[in-house]
Amino acid sequence: MEIKVVRKVLDVNNTMAQQNRNLFAGKKVFVLNVMSSPGSGKTATLVKTIRRLLPEIKCAVIVGDICSTLDADRLSVTGVPVVQVNTDEFGGDCHLAAHVIGNAAGSIDLDSTDLLIVENVGNLVCPAEFDIGEDARVVVLSVTEGEDKPIKYPLMFRVCDAALLNKIDLLPHLEYDRNAVVKNIMQIHPGMSLFEISAKTEEGFDPWIMWLKEKVKKKLS
Amino acid sequence: MHEMGIAMQIVEIAAASIPKGMENIKVEKVNLKVGKLSAVVPESLRFCFDIVAKDTPLSGAQLMIEEVPVVATCNECSSEWTITGPVFTCIKCGSGSIRIVSGRELDIVSIEIADP
Ligand SMILES: Nc1nc2c(ncn2[C@@H]2O[C@H](COP(=O)(O)OP(=O)(O)O)[C@@H](O)[C@H]2O)c(=O)[nH]1
Ligand SMILES: [Mg+2]
Ligand SMILES: [Zn+2]
Repeated sequence: MEIKVVRKVLDVNNTMAQQNRNLFAGKKVFVLNVMSSPGSGKTATLVKTIRRLLPEIKCAVIVGDICSTLDADRLSVTGVPVVQVNTDEFGGDCHLAAHVIGNAAGSIDLDSTDLLIVENVGNLVCPAEFDIGEDARVVVLSVTEGEDKPIKYPLMFRVCDAALLNKIDLLPHLEYDRNAVVKNIMQIHPGMSLFEISAKTEEGFDPWIMWLKEKVKKKLS
Repeated sequence: MHEMGIAMQIVEIAAASIPKGMENIKVEKVNLKVGKLSAVVPESLRFCFDIVAKDTPLSGAQLMIEEVPVVATCNECSSEWTITGPVFTCIKCGSGSIRIVSGRELDIVSIEIADP
């Protein structure tokens, strides 16, 4: 005997994500979900980004580090509130689930936050699947990772609004085909916003900061 | 990589779908739709499901996975086609303004129980 079910496996996560979204909408907080492989430069990029946004835009960070507080310590240097979360067996080690973000948001003063940045777990697969109630998604890809990553992880590049091509200060030392990676990104997500940056030298930061500010301000207004 | 968490959700939803009064019944199959674009590897999902299902009414049930192709439509020329490679532009007019119609599913369709 067949019994119809017809439910989304991620129903629970999607419901929690919607609750988060309602909460953030009520508090007028813009939420940015930042994803990448481990070591692409999420933390480095965020430290520099936050410094440029302050004091105009009040920031807070949730960072999902599996087994250390190193990223949280680096981010705390900016002076903004940083909440470190550990992933759990329910959500898995590979991504931040909506309920984890909901809990973490509870320890942030959302009334005095304009932009809540989530540094997701280093992984190009799983975080793409889990809605956390964010307003925008950004994927960081460093030039040391090769040109083919967008092709290998299409879902991540499809679901993200912008890609940050990081570590361009290293280009003189690499045999990197910049045109190939751009072509690959545009093939997976035509028209995707793309910013070529160096979190070390801050080259290319102006357009990226402008893009982000504009989005945040639109939600605040 | 998150297949264990997904398997737990499947077992929870499937177990909750067993009609009242039939709690001791054996579930033979769980029918699932998984889009080709979803971040789930069927083999590893089956493996995790077998582990998570132990000591539940789903123990020993088969996970039947129907893979759903990635289908898109073009916002410009209304063509509809199946995406098989890493190119997300319209095959007819080349537009990048497209809509993914299917391929991201992660749905439980039904469960099958032994006929009483
Ligand atoms: N040369 C260079 N190194 C960078 C850049 N961004 C990050 N790094 C280095 O790359 C490593 C990983 O960066 P991190 O921010 O921890 O990456 P995450 O794992 O994505 O958070 C660190 O040693 C950083 O100093 C960059 O733009 N240029
Ligand atoms: Mg980091
Ligand atoms: Zn077309």
